Amino acid sequence: MAEGRVVGIDLGTTNSLVAFMEGEAPVVIPGADGTNLVPSVVALDPIPADGGRATITVGNTARRALIETPERVVYSVKRLMGRGVAEIQEELKLFPFRVVSDGGQPDPNEIPRIQLGEMQFTPPEISAYVLRQLKRNAERYFGSPVTQAVITVPAYFNDAQRQATKDAGRMAGLEVLRLVNEPTAAALAYGLDRAKEGTIAVYDLGGGTFDISILKLKDGIFEVQSTNGDTHLGGDDIDNLLIAIALGEIYSEHGVDLRPYPGAVQAVRKAAIEAKIRLSSEEEARFDIELPNGDRYQREIPREVFEMLIETVLERTAGPCKQALADAGITPEQIDEVVLVGGSTRIPAVRQLVDDIFQLRPRGKRPHTELNPDEVVALGAAVQAGILAGASETTEELLLLDVTPLSLGIEALGGTVARIIQRNSTIPASATEHFTTGVDGQTSVAIHVVQGERELASDCRSLARFDLKGIPPMSAGLPRIEVKFLIDADGILQVTAREQRSGQEAQIEVKATYGLTDEQVESMILDSFDNAEADFAKRLLIEARNEAATILAAVERAPENPAWTLLSDEEKTKIFVARDYLTAKVQGEEAEAIREAVQLLDLATRRFAELMMESAVTTAIGGKTMEAAGEELGEAISAPHAMAAAEFK
Amino acid sequence: MFKVLDNAVPVACWSCAIGHSDSTLFCPHCSKIQPPPGGDFFSVFGLVPTLNLDLLALEREFHRLSRKLHPDRFARALENERQWSLADTALLNDAYRTLKDPIRRTEYLLKLEGNGLGEEHATGNARKDSSRVPSDLLEEAFELNMQLEEMRMARKMGEEDPQLQADLEAARKKYTVLLEAVDGDLRAAWTAWDESDKAARRLEQKKMVGLLDRRRYLSNLVRDVNEVLDAKSLLAVPVM
Repeated sequence: MAEGRVVGIDLGTTNSLVAFMEGEAPVVIPGADGTNLVPSVVALDPIPADGGRATITVGNTARRALIETPERVVYSVKRLMGRGVAEIQEELKLFPFRVVSDGGQPDPNEIPRIQLGEMQFTPPEISAYVLRQLKRNAERYFGSPVTQAVITVPAYFNDAQRQATKDAGRMAGLEVLRLVNEPTAAALAYGLDRAKEGTIAVYDLGGGTFDISILKLKDGIFEVQSTNGDTHLGGDDIDNLLIAIALGEIYSEHGVDLRPYPGAVQAVRKAAIEAKIRLSSEEEARFDIELPNGDRYQREIPREVFEMLIETVLERTAGPCKQALADAGITPEQIDEVVLVGGSTRIPAVRQLVDDIFQLRPRGKRPHTELNPDEVVALGAAVQAGILAGASETTEELLLLDVTPLSLGIEALGGTVARIIQRNSTIPASATEHFTTGVDGQTSVAIHVVQGERELASDCRSLARFDLKGIPPMSAGLPRIEVKFLIDADGILQVTAREQRSGQEAQIEVKATYGLTDEQVESMILDSFDNAEADFAKRLLIEARNEAATILAAVERAPENPAWTLLSDEEKTKIFVARDYLTAKVQGEEAEAIREAVQLLDLATRRFAELMMESAVTTAIGGKTMEAAGEELGEAISAPHAMAAAEFK
Repeated sequence: MFKVLDNAVPVACWSCAIGHSDSTLFCPHCSKIQPPPGGDFFSVFGLVPTLNLDLLALEREFHRLSRKLHPDRFARALENERQWSLADTALLNDAYRTLKDPIRRTEYLLKLEGNGLGEEHATGNARKDSSRVPSDLLEEAFELNMQLEEMRMARKMGEEDPQLQADLEAARKKYTVLLEAVDGDLRAAWTAWDESDKAARRLEQKKMVGLLDRRRYLSNLVRDVNEVLDAKSLLAVPVM
């Protein structure tokens, strides 16, 4: 087995870092540009005019592309990890994710695919590019390959979100030795050089996620007592508030609607983030944005106003803190130390809130901020990597005992949940359940596993459906199938089953509700796509065929549209010729030829598309003609931009 | 250090092939990790079933075993050792979680001894804990539930009812005292069980089944009263 270095990676919503144990202390590894933070931003560079390969860039270079070519850049993809298309609709209103839908009847649990320029990627693939960049940074630093890593995840991540993170690691060519919860990692980083007894709370408010964990430290054992959080709460939400205000005022004061212009919206976003950061150290910040029409939007934001604005966002962290205290069975006064993690904890109002929740000032205490809140999680991941590698004396005595954040249950008759592993159980944890059949001769039993605290299975999050197959045919109620549910040290569920009367191993077919299959992950391993010319060609071919399939399906349905009758026979014939040409080309292996044929068909159907649009628009705007409506609609005619939902006023 | 239980059968170590009792986590000869042993949760800690446990000693032993068994210690070990470390640690954690909590510990022991509590997580069977109301509490509990409902309604309408409030405060005090009394009885039963022979233990077990039922009922009542009264006090906080 390769015994190279194990690195610790903080895969963040906004920024990511890689660190390792240098002797007895964790150290962050800088990138080629000398900076420690790699923005979790991925861009697809424009394909060169000579038809060369598309390249992916990550980090600061990708972030710079946000304003110039926003349609080729994606950020905050962590918010989409492990989630289905139907679940992410709220995120789509606030983030410029261009999620591709297949048409037809989409599976609501399907993994979203994000359009970047000409190509599409799943969230784990995007994360894999970030991970690969960190891997390369480490390899450049060590001058040797890095193949094993510890990756951190929000403590409140569910099974699917954890699995998606592990998948991303595999795609990036990393063996993920362990997923560590971010607040726990932070505690490890602090615990190294602190007194090793007592109860601590870690308050972790990052770019997109919030976690609270309560730990007991004793003799080098970090035992998590309870954890809680919100996987969709963080600095992003604060940015979105400021952006909404700026866009609203720009519209009302200057009559300019920036929402259809992604590049302009990104410029506003950049200004909002800068203002937010400035307000942590100064009493006032200002927006100063040049608008496309030459006007300037200028506005002062006093800290007071900012704090009122973000109060509701911050208040959402109080409930989880109280629940975590209750679950640990302690009062705020019993917390000896509070550790602050995540860039958003630089906001003075956040510190005030933490002080109130844990009654720090009356007890003469202050929260710990000695370690850089942006780096502390990566440092802790490096410590955990050191523990796993077993290479350092410092880490030899340390051990992390973490918990599962959510209860695991199975759907019982009537749709209720029978809880089998309670939240905050130390992991690994297991539960054994027995199942039987309800009908004579039944040879399979279906089991639905869910995660969450609600009473009804439909209110919890579906985790997987299992089919126990190969049960020997017996009378109803006679088979006794023992199913063992085990949550491993990464917080991921494993299931095994056995029929006890026949002694037969029951077969299980696990179908995760959300997530990629093993084969899909295999096919997405980056190097196969990125390094090999042949794979790249194959990928282009697949993309081209997908494109062809989309347009062919649309043409197939065309005669059903009333606009079809408005076409001349000549126009219809042209469409059919182009259709048959494309159908023939799809059988071939040449991506370029398919693309060309798609363009021909697209050209042939252009007038039809216009007619269709016109009739649709006429209906929508109540009888105005296309010309009259044109001015009002401007460029936004195709599809509303994803930012469009940011509310005015 | 591990007690060899009566029913322990010798098993050959996968690594050194020397036989050992099946209730050990590590081979006594070559120290290699072994597949999960077959004994009960007490035997994981080298204990015979006992109801009064020294929690500090239990925690120490939990930490000591965790250091040796945890998957972190086997990250780069053989595949089968990794699997056993995972299974053994799950067993250790399940055992510790059950034994450190006195109520769970009692329920577990009663189950081991064959006193079903109707508490198995059988799928689909709704729990019937509320159906067994202790007879001496029947009337008062009914009254209390009515008052709780009244209070919830009053709160919804934004009304104050000082008399009702006082009644509920009194009920909270009363049932908390009753709950403490049950806990006292349980503690006495634990000691009696630990010190008895087999026949006398059976009697204690029966007593504990009843006490646990009563306790569950009382703690649900106290929880409901607390919920209603504490929700009330939340309303008093000025809304920004």
